[in-house]
Amino acid sequence: MEKSWESLSTDEKQEAQFQKLLTPKDPEGNDLKFQSPQAEAAYQASIKRIKNAIQFKEPEDRVPVCLFPGMFPISYAGMTMEAAMYDYDKCMAAFKKFVLDFKPDLQFGAGAPGPGKFYEILDYKLYAWPGHGVAPDAGYQCLEKEYMMAEEYDLLITDPSFFFRNFYLPRVFGALDGFAMLPPLTNILEMYGVAFNFIPFGLPPVQNTFKALFEAGAEALKWAGALSGFNTEMATLGFPNILGGFTKAPFDTIGDTLRGTKGIMLDMYRQPDKLLAALDAITPIMIGMGLGATRQTGNPVIFMPLHKGADGFLSDEQFKKFYWPTLKNVILGLIEGGCIPFLAAEGGYNTRLEDIKDIPQGKTLWMFDQTDMAKAKEIVGDTLCLFGNVPSSLLKIGTPDQVKEYCRKLIDTAGQGGGFVMGNGAFFDHAKPENITAMVEFSKEYGVYK
Amino acid sequence: MSGELAKLLSDLKEPEALGYVEKALAGKVNPMDLLGQAKEGMNIVGQRFARGDYFIPDLIFSGEILKGIVKVLEPHLKQDEEAKRLGKVIIGTVAGDIHDIGKDLVVFMLDVHGFEVLDLGVDVPVQKFVDTIKESGSTVVGLSGFLTLAFDAMKDTVEAINAAGLRDQVKIMVGGGQIDDQVKGYVGADAYGNNAMEAVKLAQGWIGG
Repeated sequence: MEKSWESLSTDEKQEAQFQKLLTPKDPEGNDLKFQSPQAEAAYQASIKRIKNAIQFKEPEDRVPVCLFPGMFPISYAGMTMEAAMYDYDKCMAAFKKFVLDFKPDLQFGAGAPGPGKFYEILDYKLYAWPGHGVAPDAGYQCLEKEYMMAEEYDLLITDPSFFFRNFYLPRVFGALDGFAMLPPLTNILEMYGVAFNFIPFGLPPVQNTFKALFEAGAEALKWAGALSGFNTEMATLGFPNILGGFTKAPFDTIGDTLRGTKGIMLDMYRQPDKLLAALDAITPIMIGMGLGATRQTGNPVIFMPLHKGADGFLSDEQFKKFYWPTLKNVILGLIEGGCIPFLAAEGGYNTRLEDIKDIPQGKTLWMFDQTDMAKAKEIVGDTLCLFGNVPSSLLKIGTPDQVKEYCRKLIDTAGQGGGFVMGNGAFFDHAKPENITAMVEFSKEYGVYK
Repeated sequence: MSGELAKLLSDLKEPEALGYVEKALAGKVNPMDLLGQAKEGMNIVGQRFARGDYFIPDLIFSGEILKGIVKVLEPHLKQDEEAKRLGKVIIGTVAGDIHDIGKDLVVFMLDVHGFEVLDLGVDVPVQKFVDTIKESGSTVVGLSGFLTLAFDAMKDTVEAINAAGLRDQVKIMVGGGQIDDQVKGYVGADAYGNNAMEAVKLAQGWIGG
């Protein structure tokens, strides 16, 4: 008899997830029809390569090669960012050209530019995007502010969803201001008085907010259709999507878009206990976000961009007290649920290596940016699968020979014995195409395990 | 009593530092002396940061404490008592890029180290840098950028400064996100700094102070 999901060990859960990836389905739920036997073989080999790297098994054949490009496919296709955000088909065509021209083992979807019209409908205030605060050829950029005030920690801790709906969302989406009038859902208890809770839904501001939501939902669905078509097509051509979802380190959730960098840094001194309580309160929510995404996409790899724990951004003591404990709990919670956390340590993580070693072996993937990869291999290389770290500056400014030399060193150090994925270190929007070609082709050739 | 406020500020003791200032003012201590001590405290913070004992949150928090101290002192200071500035430094995040956290830290650290900072903000058009050099006669320009698009925007900015015949009169430093020595060479800058105190040291080397 088949065991229930809950009774599986974490190893068995991860194995079951990989088996799902190895037997892909089309959107109708039938076995995926590959465009050629070669495409099917390439698909299978790519999954096995990264699986063995993550799990520290005997390497499949060679170092897996990935490109996690940021907005580069857009400029490479000769398109403006604005065009890519408003014409979903053109955007998908750009990402397809990128994958087919450079042929990385796995692809990362085409969701990065996002649906421009959707942001307009909801009057998104958290970012500037092309035509809305930045030039047509620039990528969207976060407008950091205190979207949660210093004195609002108790609200967040008591009921994060209520705080998000009634306070945070109306601040970052102009069209969601009606949410501020809604009562807590937990007020809805029994017949006596139940109708009082629904009065706000009869008021014009709330109704306008819901109208905007319906419109935004339709637009998001249209965009999702294009994305899903892209992923299916790429899979039939032999390029699996590596990403199954997204979540964040609790410290970054509060520090990036709620309190802001300055706000959270001051909170560490002025109200450390509140901050710690809030980090704890949102930890299960961050775990649930990843697990939920995997349930939806059927892909266990959960991407987690790490921001404020980088070298220099926190002292060692602050990292150990405020950043790492809840991040570790999110990682463990995801692993427990059969997911594979894919952490992108932006900036340098040289002073954090001893700390992050303390998680189960063979369950995570770590994209490093400005971290010394030889040192990373030495300290965490038998526990964490390393991904990276060809620098954006080299891809944009260097020569193909310099890129090859960098990749050679990476393979000779970080790549030894497996547990390594060749990749870029940070998302890049601009690069010389010949440098990317050099990176992929050289690594596929030189990275063969003998 | 000399140095007590400098110590409290540099040790990041916010309530104690503010309490000390209130008490000192009540005790008729010269507010200019207190301001001097606060600056001394900020210098110690800068040294600790440069040594690797302090990190970005310490810089930001010390800046907030200083702001609080200055707010208490301000009504007691005469306008003409503003200290003489060392020299003018132009700082801005280059065209297309709107990131400001790193840039603001550099502006702040240059300011507390005695430079007059002309902060042009973010997404600064090339011509704005050129015009500001001409108008101010400044000899140091800092270009900040977080994104890869900043590489070319920095290059364009340096080229425009060159084309305007101003390149010999200014030293140019770059920093932020994915900027490194290779990018410095690509954009034609004079130096790359990895953090706010390196910007201070570069400016001190070029201007003095």
